[in-house]
Amino acid sequence: MSHLLLAETAPIHAPSVAYSSLSPIFIVLGAALVGVLVEALVPRAERYAVQMVVTIGGLTAALVAVGLLHNTAETTVAGALAVDGAGLFIQGSVLVLSVMSVLLIAERSVDVGSAIVASAAVVVGSPTDRRLARTDRVQTEVFPLLLFAVAGMLIFPISNNLLLMFVALEVLSLPLYLMAGLSRRRRLLSQEAALKYFLLGAFASAFFLYGLALLYGYANSVDLPAILNASKASPKSDVLLYVGLALLLVGLLFKAGIAPFHSWTPDVYQGSPTPVTAFMSSCTKIAAFGAIMRVLYVGFNATAWNWRPIVWAVAIASMAVGGIFGLTQTDLKRVLAYSSIAHAGFILVGLVALDKDGIASVLFYVLTYGFSTMAAFGVLMLVRDADGEATHLAQWSGLARKSPFVAAVMTVLLLSMAGIPLTSGFIAKFYVFKAAFHVAAPLVVIALIFSAVAAFYYLRIVVLMFFAEPPENGPTIAIPGWSTAVALTFGMVVTVVLGIFPQPILDLAAKAATLVG
Amino acid sequence: MLAPYLPIVLLFGLAFAFAFFSVAIAPFTGPRRYNKAKLEFYECGIEPTPQPQGPNRFPIKYFLTAMLFIVFDIEIIFLYPYAVANKALGLFGLVEIVIFIVTVFVAYAYVWRRGGLDWD
Repeated sequence: MSHLLLAETAPIHAPSVAYSSLSPIFIVLGAALVGVLVEALVPRAERYAVQMVVTIGGLTAALVAVGLLHNTAETTVAGALAVDGAGLFIQGSVLVLSVMSVLLIAERSVDVGSAIVASAAVVVGSPTDRRLARTDRVQTEVFPLLLFAVAGMLIFPISNNLLLMFVALEVLSLPLYLMAGLSRRRRLLSQEAALKYFLLGAFASAFFLYGLALLYGYANSVDLPAILNASKASPKSDVLLYVGLALLLVGLLFKAGIAPFHSWTPDVYQGSPTPVTAFMSSCTKIAAFGAIMRVLYVGFNATAWNWRPIVWAVAIASMAVGGIFGLTQTDLKRVLAYSSIAHAGFILVGLVALDKDGIASVLFYVLTYGFSTMAAFGVLMLVRDADGEATHLAQWSGLARKSPFVAAVMTVLLLSMAGIPLTSGFIAKFYVFKAAFHVAAPLVVIALIFSAVAAFYYLRIVVLMFFAEPPENGPTIAIPGWSTAVALTFGMVVTVVLGIFPQPILDLAAKAATLVG
Repeated sequence: MLAPYLPIVLLFGLAFAFAFFSVAIAPFTGPRRYNKAKLEFYECGIEPTPQPQGPNRFPIKYFLTAMLFIVFDIEIIFLYPYAVANKALGLFGLVEIVIFIVTVFVAYAYVWRRGGLDWD
């Protein structure tokens, strides 16, 4: 027993923690715990309202904290977390867009209850299920789940330590798997989506862990700066380094929905409740790109010549898959899913630049894309028939005659995604291509071709809405409640304003384009 | 060199001898009286829950209980190393472990209030 007693004499030095720099994370995690307690202690009737206050209050407070931290550039917790410009920009974007997702989830007037199921554990199609579907009961656990996911998304892009990055990846993924299965309508499809996402996500996480283990074998550390130093000076074989990076990238590219690790995206986007899809396609993507950027720029800066071809390949694959398979889709949610795959490819083009311009252009792109896709999914919630959302393309034909306003809003958002001038999407694409042009001109040319291909299917929807005959018993346009109206207006205004007057945000992104190693 | 391990070997031998002796002597010395309760699954008196029809299906309650057990199991797993090294970890470690226990209790409060601990 004596060796156990000996262990007590050696003091262990606690790492210094910069609590103020990490306050956004603490605030969101604290709000999530309060949300769980609300579920436990508040009667069912008041839960929805209380959860809304806790969730939006927590996210807003965290956003204010990020704003106050804007000049921070430091590493903390023994170098495991790097609070810097790029990290804070990503955190701010995630927080703004998650507030908008909460507003979309809070929509209770277009469907009985909300887009979220009354009780997720009830068997689909059972008498209880049918009875509950008509009540305004909601599985309000979705709010704390969202907060936990957001907390993971705040840690994920600022992790300089791969183990911590893995923990953050799981913290953001596990709630998302559950949220994907919470749809009120078409519940079997939703549960199928949740199961697919979970199985494939767990698989991708295992790849990430395997890569992490190999990198530890190479560098004797899981800190990104240590891996960088080892790769600079080491005379030993690089096999472990590159195999490790490749496996690590599988896990990261999966989360960002980049081909060839994209196959879950259409099914999960289609099955999940639409506000949750909006959350996944904006916040998850932003956080994942923040993490990819940090891994490649901080940990593998010195070996860029060797990984650049890989990024080229996945960028081209992603643009091709998104652009070509998107053409064959008949469901709007799937079209938007393929569009998100294509956009991920365009963002990767900016990553190839490997300089400050590259970081700034990626930051700007993920933010603008987040707003556009968030608002587009918001519009999708409003076009409905008796079965819920009418997402089949045929049901959208001639929509402009029924509601010119909704059709016009959707058109602007689609034009932004296509990258037509005077929308934020154009500015974003322009800066990404400009940043990458001096190192990867052929890639930029390929990206231009694919953005033309992708533009075709966005314009196809626009033509369908304005120039096709409406179907016999077409969908109706629901009048949104205040929360959806606020989220939609905000997303729409940002998309247009950043297209005409992007300079303040471009300056902010340029100023934020620092990664602390 | 191996001398310090001799008591351990002796203890193993003693334990084995006791187990063998107990089982071997029981048929000769013990009385045999029929008792229905002794043929139940659990002699302590708990009635087994009736199983649903079909092969390999367990009531969902068992899975729920197993999942809840994991929460507290994980808590214990972290408390043991802390207990061993609590002096070395100092005040920082104490605060950390208290925060950890509080978060586990938040989960416990949720499970308890939402009826996760009710068997029926």
